[in-house]
Amino acid sequence: MAVKPLLPDLMKAHGISRRGFLKYCATLTSAMALPPILAPKVAHALETTTRPSVIWLSFQECTGCTEAITRSHAPTIEDLIFNVISLDYHHTLQAASGDAAEHAREQAMKDNWGNYLVVVDGSIPIGNPGFSTIAGISNLDMLKETAEGAAAIVAVGTCAAYGGIPHANPNPTGAVSVSDIITDKPIINVPGCPPIPIVMTSVLAQFLTFGLDSIEVDKLGRPKAFFGETIHDRCYRRPFYDKGMFAEGFDDEGAREGWCLYKLGCKGPTTRSVCATVKWNGGTSFPIQSGHGCLGCTEPDFWDNGGFYKPLSVPAGEYRKLGLAAVAGGAALGVAGGAVGRANKARAARAHETVDAHDLEKKS
Amino acid sequence: MNNPYFDLLMWARGPGFDIALTIMIGGILLRVVEIVVLGRKKDFSKAKGSPIGQGIKTIFTRSVPRKGAMKEAPVTYIGGYVFHIGFAIAFLFLGAHIALVTELIGLSWPAANKALIETATAASVIALIALAWTRVKDPVRRALTRFDDWLVLVISGLPLVSGYIAVNQIFGDPTLMMALHILSAELLMIAFPFTKLMHAVTFAMARYYNGSIQGRKGAES
Repeated sequence: MAVKPLLPDLMKAHGISRRGFLKYCATLTSAMALPPILAPKVAHALETTTRPSVIWLSFQECTGCTEAITRSHAPTIEDLIFNVISLDYHHTLQAASGDAAEHAREQAMKDNWGNYLVVVDGSIPIGNPGFSTIAGISNLDMLKETAEGAAAIVAVGTCAAYGGIPHANPNPTGAVSVSDIITDKPIINVPGCPPIPIVMTSVLAQFLTFGLDSIEVDKLGRPKAFFGETIHDRCYRRPFYDKGMFAEGFDDEGAREGWCLYKLGCKGPTTRSVCATVKWNGGTSFPIQSGHGCLGCTEPDFWDNGGFYKPLSVPAGEYRKLGLAAVAGGAALGVAGGAVGRANKARAARAHETVDAHDLEKKS
Repeated sequence: MNNPYFDLLMWARGPGFDIALTIMIGGILLRVVEIVVLGRKKDFSKAKGSPIGQGIKTIFTRSVPRKGAMKEAPVTYIGGYVFHIGFAIAFLFLGAHIALVTELIGLSWPAANKALIETATAASVIALIALAWTRVKDPVRRALTRFDDWLVLVISGLPLVSGYIAVNQIFGDPTLMMALHILSAELLMIAFPFTKLMHAVTFAMARYYNGSIQGRKGAES
């Protein structure tokens, strides 16, 4: 195995100045919600770390996660970091194909057994292994085999983290998440459809810099630094929510004035992500800023959570039919109850015996 | 992988709401229809006044305390007003609730701001506590109080408290708190037809009956 070059050498080769690199480290430190004093440590760690081997497995996915991480980065410095990680296997990005590609994965696993990082995007079908295969290997087998020697797994995107769209009702392929299959390895979930690119790279950078233990995750395995607060908490349209000013349609005055999109089905109040602060495309915008409510894509089963355009407070079930049945049933029962009551009353009236003072005296 | 909090929220918005709405509507109709079918004994006497006019008038006049009553039981009256008006503001003017009404019956109106809604909510809860306090303190009321009364006090307050916590994210997971808020409202819906809460519908019928009886006799009510 060849000696892996350190980051400074690669930076030079890519024409990146040290100043640019340190700025990037400061950004990353801030994104990871770490104190600024740790920025030099981030720089030091990235400078002295050899490129860790990363095996990127793509299963039932749309390549959107890869699209996001590649397109939005080039040609920024984040692209460099992405390249500086030794990405030894990635269907979409690698030049090799066929046997050579699979050989690259096997070689990387062999060379870095116990130390490599596995990144997974896409869900795994367990309904029938034949639903999704790579080089004749089922997704399930490839994940199990590759995960065995991994230091950790990063499930990128909602499909890998929770099952995502393939998992949506009726889930024809029996799609499941990585954590449904692998239970003996640390798994970090970076959900999103797709996740914010800097969130993906920051999680990888934090893993390299401070190790796996430094990444505090919530109950759903998401790094708290990026999934600690809801979008609603940080939404720039929040003042309109508090004032009770809502857009009622996508083309009404409220929509043009930038009012709250809650009534148009925005899932911001129940969705944890940094979309509203980190934003997309280099901090340009995020869905709510572009005039569409949040779909809730960082939450499990977001596809089946009651419709994208229904507000959270609105019922999502079959209440109309049941309501009509209740009207008919309630009225019928009421008539029956009333009839029983009248019959009882009539019976009581028939059984009624008049009593006068003499009768009372006799009985006592 | 599931988020149990989200599953609970979806249950509350789905089957939970269906069950609560069915029981509430079915129960209200059952009770109202039963009362109407049972009817009243026909009064063969010639009406000396205007039973219908007095009946309708009484529906409204009974909302104002009779002379001297305010002095007799100020906490009950003031607390009662504050609770009812506060609950109505919090329920009818929060944007999320208007969205619910719009979905159910198509009507819509402007939402109020956070300051008004939250003041109304807090005032309602304080009024509930004051009303509970008079029930404990006054020996007559204490003797009259049944389990039903405490139940109604508690389940009327739960949606207010849970809603305040959910909107302001005071503690707990926001998704969980929203689910608990919806479930608490569903509890209120289910209990509605079978407890004193039913007065929200039957008050009009009862007041009309009382007013029309007086009206027939030629008395003011």
